[in-house]
Amino acid sequence: MSPGAISEITILPGHDRNGNPEPFDRIVIRPGDTISIVGPTGSGKTAFINDIEVFAQGDTATGRRVLVNGEVPPEEFIRDPSKKPIALITQNTKCLADMPVEAFLAMHVRARKLDSAEIVSETIELANQFTGEKLHAGCRITALSGGQTRSLMVADAILISNAPLILLDEVENAGIFREKVIEVLKEHNKSVIFVTHDPLVSLLSDRRLVMRNGGVGKILRPGGREEHVREMVARLDLTLCRFRERIRAGELLTGPGFTV
Amino acid sequence: MKLIVIAGPPSAGKTAVTRQIIRHFHPGKKCAFLKIDVVRAFEDEELSTEFGIPARKIYSGDLCPDHTGVMVLKDALAWAEKEGAEIFIVESAGLCLRCSPYVTQSLGIVVLSAVSGMNSPLKMGPMIALADVAVITKTDLVSQSEKEVFREKTKEVAPAIDIIETNAIQGTGLRYLMRTIDDLPGIRDRDAIVLRGVPPLGVCTICVGKREIGWQNHFGVIRKLDGAGELFRGD
Repeated sequence: MSPGAISEITILPGHDRNGNPEPFDRIVIRPGDTISIVGPTGSGKTAFINDIEVFAQGDTATGRRVLVNGEVPPEEFIRDPSKKPIALITQNTKCLADMPVEAFLAMHVRARKLDSAEIVSETIELANQFTGEKLHAGCRITALSGGQTRSLMVADAILISNAPLILLDEVENAGIFREKVIEVLKEHNKSVIFVTHDPLVSLLSDRRLVMRNGGVGKILRPGGREEHVREMVARLDLTLCRFRERIRAGELLTGPGFTV
Repeated sequence: MKLIVIAGPPSAGKTAVTRQIIRHFHPGKKCAFLKIDVVRAFEDEELSTEFGIPARKIYSGDLCPDHTGVMVLKDALAWAEKEGAEIFIVESAGLCLRCSPYVTQSLGIVVLSAVSGMNSPLKMGPMIALADVAVITKTDLVSQSEKEVFREKTKEVAPAIDIIETNAIQGTGLRYLMRTIDDLPGIRDRDAIVLRGVPPLGVCTICVGKREIGWQNHFGVIRKLDGAGELFRGD
């Protein structure tokens, strides 16, 4: 089984903190799916994606099991990060290497034994679609902003790691263009799971898992019923983005034109 | 009784890994713990309070801590057996990267931190090369790219080593380590246990307390900045 040959990832139910079984038969994730995981702090959101990341087999606190193409995945999927079909990017994930962006990406390309001359510049180009602050090949990794770093890691996961499933844990705080990220992930036929408190990210996902007391409490499939709210939130978000940019540019936000 | 020897640089997460092992096996399989350190150590008190296991420490003081480990291990095995331990964990001080405290008839675990820099495995040599398992901790904190490169460099030092990546505080991914410990045979013959590698021990004039700098002030094995010709200087 090669990471490219993954048609679905299945999550079989476990239990919440009180031992109550989770109210679903199975959650199937296919290429292009977007799922957001919502719920209060401590409700089990991060534990859910950790279960996926380690391909739990009933051996984590939640008792969930994760299958690939309906089977227990081969051990190398879990143990060898270069064979792992999953990329996890969290708020804590950092690039520690003090080297230029170009050299950093080239190092990853070499570790993956890819032979594509353009992939480094393509990755930088893609990262720049996710962030307002452009990064260059010669920028030092350690000097990048939080948003630039996240953008670079997401672009790296899409193009160099070529991971079919990307797990993003509260990346909205990093200041990246979330709509663009979701659009590009869909274009590349990637599945993505967001752990999020962000209304826009939640509304842009096809499915919403609502966590409660360590387990999945509900699975919502809005199926277009939230379209109206989604458009409104997208507009609000855009307005806020523009205000942010103008404040950063040193403007005083007075006068006509500053109405929502 | 199974013997586990854990080494690794300071702050790599040796005790976090130890804690996960004890949490997994104890009290089903009784664990005992020995910490070897230089001036101060608290792990024995922490672990015996947390898990109620027999735990002790030894300070090496002016002696090399791995040298101390070699000296006391036989006594320590007798102590752990008397305590009725089924798994005995010895945690090294984790100082000299040239040293390698692993012995035969045991599981040698080197604990490495993914945040310690991608070239760090290349600087350690025998501490990695003679271990059975490399547990790489804090992998949740670094980028995918650095994780993969760290793994490659570890493999460069020890191509056959079993690598296990983890966030040791959460214990993610450690099921493979537990399986290896499950499969580990117990000690067959305590008197036949020997160090796996030859340590860089030697009695030199610095060891015995001469503090002057410069090879001119020392005898025995010396080293000059230029010219590797003369390596030994007699009295």
